Amino acid sequence: MMEFDLAFIWAGLIAFAVLAYVVLDGFDLGVGILFPFLKETREKDLAMNSVAPVWDGNETWLVLGGGGLFAVFPLAYAVVMPALYAPIIAMLIGLIFRGVAFEYRWRTQRWQHWWDKAFFAGSTLAAFAQGVALGALVQGIEVDGRAYAGGNWDWLTPFSMLVGVAVVMGYGLLGATWLLMKTTGSVNDHARRLARPLAVATLALIGAVSVITPFLDPIYLSRWFSGWTIAFTVLVPALILALAVLMFSGLRSGHDTWPFLSALGIFVLSFIGIGVSFYPHIVPPSLTIWDAAAPDKSLLFVLVGAAVLIPMILAYTAYSYWVFRGKVDPNEGYH
Amino acid sequence: MFGIEALDLARFQFAFTVSFHIIFPAFSIGLASYLAVLNGLHLISGKDIYLKVFLFWKKIFAVAFGMGVVSGIVMSYQFGTNWSVFSDKTGPVLGPLMAYEVLSAFFLEAGFLGVMLFGRERVGPGLHFFATLMVAIGTLMSATWILSVNSWMQTPAGYAINDVGQFVPEDWWAIVFNPSFPYRLTHMVLAAYLTTALVVGGVGAWHLLRDSTSKSARLMFSMAMWMVLITAPLQIVAGDFHGINTLEHQPAKVMAMEGHYDSHPDGAPLILFGIPNPEEKRIDYAIQIPKLSSLILKHDLNAPLDGLDTIPDELEPPVAIVFWSFRVMVGLGMAMLGLALFGVWQRYRGRLYVSPWLHRAAIAMGPMGFVAVLAGWITTEVGRQPYTVYGLLTTAQSASPLEASAVGASLLSFIVVYFAVFGAGTFYLIRLMGRPADTAKGKLNEGPIRTAGLTQAAGMAKTINPAE
Repeated sequence: MMEFDLAFIWAGLIAFAVLAYVVLDGFDLGVGILFPFLKETREKDLAMNSVAPVWDGNETWLVLGGGGLFAVFPLAYAVVMPALYAPIIAMLIGLIFRGVAFEYRWRTQRWQHWWDKAFFAGSTLAAFAQGVALGALVQGIEVDGRAYAGGNWDWLTPFSMLVGVAVVMGYGLLGATWLLMKTTGSVNDHARRLARPLAVATLALIGAVSVITPFLDPIYLSRWFSGWTIAFTVLVPALILALAVLMFSGLRSGHDTWPFLSALGIFVLSFIGIGVSFYPHIVPPSLTIWDAAAPDKSLLFVLVGAAVLIPMILAYTAYSYWVFRGKVDPNEGYH
Repeated sequence: MFGIEALDLARFQFAFTVSFHIIFPAFSIGLASYLAVLNGLHLISGKDIYLKVFLFWKKIFAVAFGMGVVSGIVMSYQFGTNWSVFSDKTGPVLGPLMAYEVLSAFFLEAGFLGVMLFGRERVGPGLHFFATLMVAIGTLMSATWILSVNSWMQTPAGYAINDVGQFVPEDWWAIVFNPSFPYRLTHMVLAAYLTTALVVGGVGAWHLLRDSTSKSARLMFSMAMWMVLITAPLQIVAGDFHGINTLEHQPAKVMAMEGHYDSHPDGAPLILFGIPNPEEKRIDYAIQIPKLSSLILKHDLNAPLDGLDTIPDELEPPVAIVFWSFRVMVGLGMAMLGLALFGVWQRYRGRLYVSPWLHRAAIAMGPMGFVAVLAGWITTEVGRQPYTVYGLLTTAQSASPLEASAVGASLLSFIVVYFAVFGAGTFYLIRLMGRPADTAKGKLNEGPIRTAGLTQAAGMAKTINPAE
């Protein structure tokens, strides 16, 4: 093995981009998922305003995930996209509707309720499609030579549906706890009431997916129950349980920040869990990260830029969150 | 059988989604720079009028930018979904350029967009100007990278081909600065500025026709007419250089643009108009000026120019489309120059703000930048067929192994969704452009977030907004 395994470094960076996407866009998609449960129009306005300044940056991580995959694992990109064709197209269409709703809903009175519905439906569809895509990927993708070899509907299984529902609930939980953190008064109360059942559903679904996954492919079972990763097998569920306790006590005691941070933590741990199942594959069961990687010259060229630019991105993204820190003031206009 | 059908659907899908998409960046590149200039002028001069016009266009920018973001995400995934073979083969060369676009441009735009749109009161005018400037720089960086990608596909350089048939990088400098890139970038950035100037000018003119004393309308119209006067002639020069570069690297495209089915050993004519007849391989009813084409392309009246008779039939681009789209683009370019000259003449006579015919002309030309941009892209993209990577990878070889039903279903969804969503967006944009610029003051007209949580204010906004 090389001293600097560029494919390995890049697998880590792409995983980071996807994780950043999931937790960041997760909460603003979640706000969309909860939209019908919020009251007209004051609660909806406030919820929208809490994410309006940051959603675009959040969604850019998805573009980095896709564009990055094209750059550093082109074969994986070329195999996965046709394999997950329908969920990807559904996700894109969902993102279109909810993305434009941010501006459109303020541009009309008569049609506002339609764009509110578009915001909800688009967010939910995008979240569900992402979950289905993840589920289908975990189940494995048929590859022949350098191309996808399966059919139109291979992605459609009970397991992928289950993961789809899990992601919708999980994003909903992120959204509810985000609103809890960012608002006061009636929206805050409302978000707290929504967060509790969502937390229960999310944890139950994570449990179900985790129990099923090792039995989808013997290799997952062996990755979890042999070798040093056994540490994760014990640690990950224990930590998730601890965070669940923190979340519920935060919800009960009226603490506004713990629930969101615990929800974030649960997502990070679940993501690590997926990583343990996958590694070293990028497209299970056929392609490893080294099979799919672009030549070192490509990997190095982007890595140089990424090493400079990603810290800058994190810095000004943090700055943007800092500018809009604290509770959203219902009386403050910031457009 | 199905392979061919899926390929056609995939091609149509790409043409459809990219044509919609290019409209928004063409506008937001120019508008972001315009907003940065207005913000900067306000910061330096302290005059309210600049801020007022800034706020007027900021709203419009927000809607257009949103549409650009969502239609752009579709593009970034479509390479994989519909063109997976292309993605696998070109990923090692083109992927890194796109990754740089995301890292250096998209994040910059998105990161500072929130501050630019919503943060003025929180960060103060200085940092707010900085945020606006970062958004503008982001849009230009994005144009730079994506045009490098497109140019590499037109004039590939700095690559090798590995044992699994992938293009792999040999020389990054040669890849990024491939032969057609500087010309294409210049041509497109000028196009974006010109398009935006025409929109701003058209909107200013529309308001001047209603109230020629409106200060905001005067400011936008005057700035826009200066910008058209500067960029329209520059664009014609840039277009000429781009054409000469194309002749060097993609002669078949120029043959189709010019309608030269036959070779002309001693000076080729410039065909102004005519009807391409692909069956007979000639231009019917051609109106032409002898030897002018050789003069324009070779700067020599008697220089020989090859025709499409030197190109094998299966490598010939669709002549009629390229021939027409090129003429639409050039014709509109000349009309833009005409508007610029009309404008400077009326300015010289002191009638810039009170010349209804100038204003009507500016309104008519308002959307024409978009038409010219589309016509230009159709010329260059159709003209490089049958290849995706010129001379090396054909479009037919690039497609994903998908069933026609899947591509057809996604195409249908995109058509329905795009017309509904971007149709509504265009309606909102036009309505925003139509609101009086001078009275667009105070918090209520400042939009969405203003009315947040204030039921009373929201109700007032309802009565103030006359459009609904």
